[in-house]
Amino acid sequence: MKKTLNLLLAGVTSIGLAFSAYAEDHITLASTTSTENSGLFSSILPKFEDATGIDVRVVAVGTGQAFEIARRGDADSLLVHDTAGEQRFVEDGYASERADVMYNDFVLIGPAGDPANISKAKTAEEAFAAIAKAEAPFASRGDDSGTNRAELRLWANAGVEPDGDWYRELGSGMGPTLNTAAAMDAYVMSDRATWVAFGNRQNLTLLFEGDKVLFNQYGSLLLSEDKHPHLKHDLALKWHNWLISEEGQQAIADFKVDGQQLFFPNAK
Amino acid sequence: MENNAFYVALSLLLNFDAALFQIVALSLQISLLAVLVAAVLGFPLGAAVALWRFPGRGGLIVVLNALMGLPPVVAGLIVYLSLSRAGPLGEWGLLFTPGAMVIAQVLLVLPILAALSRQKVEELLGEYREQFVSLGMSRSRMVPTLLWDARFALLTILLAGFGRASAEVGAVMMVGGNIEGVTRVMTTSIVLETGKGNLPLALGLGVVLLSLIMLVNACAYWVGEMTRRRTG
Amino acid sequence: MTAFNASLLASSALCPPPALSFDDVVFSHEDKVLLGPCSFTLKSAGPSMVMGPNGAGKSLLLRLAHGLLTPTQGQVSWSGEGRPRQAMVFQQPVLLRRSAVANLIHALAVNKVPRKSRAKLAFDALDRFGLSACSHTPARVLSGGEQQRLALARAWVLSPNVLFLDEPTSALDPAAIKAVEAAVREFHQRGTRIVMTTHDLHQARRLAGDVIFLSGGKIREHTPSDTFFDKPVSREAQAFIAGELVE
Repeated sequence: MKKTLNLLLAGVTSIGLAFSAYAEDHITLASTTSTENSGLFSSILPKFEDATGIDVRVVAVGTGQAFEIARRGDADSLLVHDTAGEQRFVEDGYASERADVMYNDFVLIGPAGDPANISKAKTAEEAFAAIAKAEAPFASRGDDSGTNRAELRLWANAGVEPDGDWYRELGSGMGPTLNTAAAMDAYVMSDRATWVAFGNRQNLTLLFEGDKVLFNQYGSLLLSEDKHPHLKHDLALKWHNWLISEEGQQAIADFKVDGQQLFFPNAK
Repeated sequence: MENNAFYVALSLLLNFDAALFQIVALSLQISLLAVLVAAVLGFPLGAAVALWRFPGRGGLIVVLNALMGLPPVVAGLIVYLSLSRAGPLGEWGLLFTPGAMVIAQVLLVLPILAALSRQKVEELLGEYREQFVSLGMSRSRMVPTLLWDARFALLTILLAGFGRASAEVGAVMMVGGNIEGVTRVMTTSIVLETGKGNLPLALGLGVVLLSLIMLVNACAYWVGEMTRRRTG
Repeated sequence: MTAFNASLLASSALCPPPALSFDDVVFSHEDKVLLGPCSFTLKSAGPSMVMGPNGAGKSLLLRLAHGLLTPTQGQVSWSGEGRPRQAMVFQQPVLLRRSAVANLIHALAVNKVPRKSRAKLAFDALDRFGLSACSHTPARVLSGGEQQRLALARAWVLSPNVLFLDEPTSALDPAAIKAVEAAVREFHQRGTRIVMTTHDLHQARRLAGDVIFLSGGKIREHTPSDTFFDKPVSREAQAFIAGELVE
């Protein structure tokens, strides 16, 4: 009995040790699934850690949830892609500074047969209008993410109120949305990074790309010291500055999947 | 061949993939610790509800039974809001750590252990009550005796709790954040790989998780049979 | 033998067993009187047999005396100071899901016997009741007779001043009945007050010092066993002994 108890105690202690073994310098970064799923972070974070010794722990969620996490003071830093939302975040006093870091672009994916014929469209506006006109199935994230917000802006540009059986709001992340779109042969708007790294394409193919309005700007935010004094602002500042430094920008440019560059650094 | 989940699972295991083993180890640690904590709290609670009569007891039993069906995301949300910096326990700084995941799983497992052990202990008490009173046992003295005599049933209940803890994803995803190398466990990895469209890998991880749960169940079954044979 | 147990033995052997008194005791359930009112005092050496037809209230009387049930009216009391040490053996022995010896050790632990002396007391009792060979057998796989002997051994280790037995042999074969009766005599010789229910006239003749005869929830007579078997006073007892069906 005593032996069992000792064993139990040893077990609990070792688990406790394992949990507290992360005492080194680290920050929590709230970011988006697109950056995590594409593999960008696995590529650039080790370089940052080598340079500074700081471990960046990424919580990858939708942009809306990332904002919420930062607003509640649960992350030290924020890297998202919704410029308008980011500016509002600064105006509301939750962040002290915002900087452009990089962009990638959105692409329109759809069944290889292309029933709405969007591959012939000249602009994104035309492509979205064509999908609505054909009432071809369209899978929307529907989760208030950066991608979702961008998609809704594009519908508005095309003068379409997306509604009806063909427009399916999934309330899911980018990957699950692509999985669903593949299963129901639907059109879907994705960030290029997630699409290139996506493994379950089935009948889906890239049908439209390249319009400037499809550019997807990522910004890094320095969170407010006034609102959340407990955050690791000094470490977060290092991370923020590294992202927009020459070194950080080069690391982003160096990240490639199948020889294809997915993120384009554009810090000013 | 490499699209076959079992092939993927097997090669994952045979290659001793370090990242995978870390994930497996963390999954086990978190779920076992959660079940242990839940057992230390839940079994005596179940026994106490079985033994004592107090106002609101019926209500408590209904609540415990209902909480067995607590959706993991709701448990996750409750723990998230409590541990968030803006929440009442924000000072602890536990959000997005394994500790937060343990707490969330305890919340999920505790009602199962308490409700089912309450049922079992009450059943046993019906059989033992006169003998206990005859021996002059106080109610609190009955607790350890009843729990020990219900040990085989409790082991099964424990396994049900472990199954729930290790299989759920909603709560640990929300409070752990699925941070690579820190809070990434089997289930959140499966969600992540599914999101990336790596379905064979996701299913392969699922096979590994299932094997793990089976292994734990087999151990528990073996221990149970051994002691049953010795002490009935 | 430990000092603890020796002192208990000495105390129970030297002093006469405590007397049990029922004072206008009534037990009713949902306004239906199941037993009483009954008054009696058990003072003589016994063993006392509680007899009567089925449903007469024998088990109720035992449970009220032992304190498993609380009387609706009236009082159950004991001579001497406080409540005497007592144990009860049930018709169906209630044994814990552990080995035979663990059952005894549990009873000793509950009664706050020092940890060190528990094992020896337990094994001695198993030996006394012929259970040495199965001390590590799970109690619940023992035969009916062995289970009842184990229940008696459990009562034995507690060195009770009073032992209640509720139809302890009704489910046993003759050999097992003999063993139980021998055990009852041993308790009696140790100075333990025995209060036992039985519906078996022969068994009562073999064991009884005095008899309480119940029918219809009332005590019809309480007499020394010679008187009861030879010259029963009440009509119901006369009929019972004559083998008639008594209500």
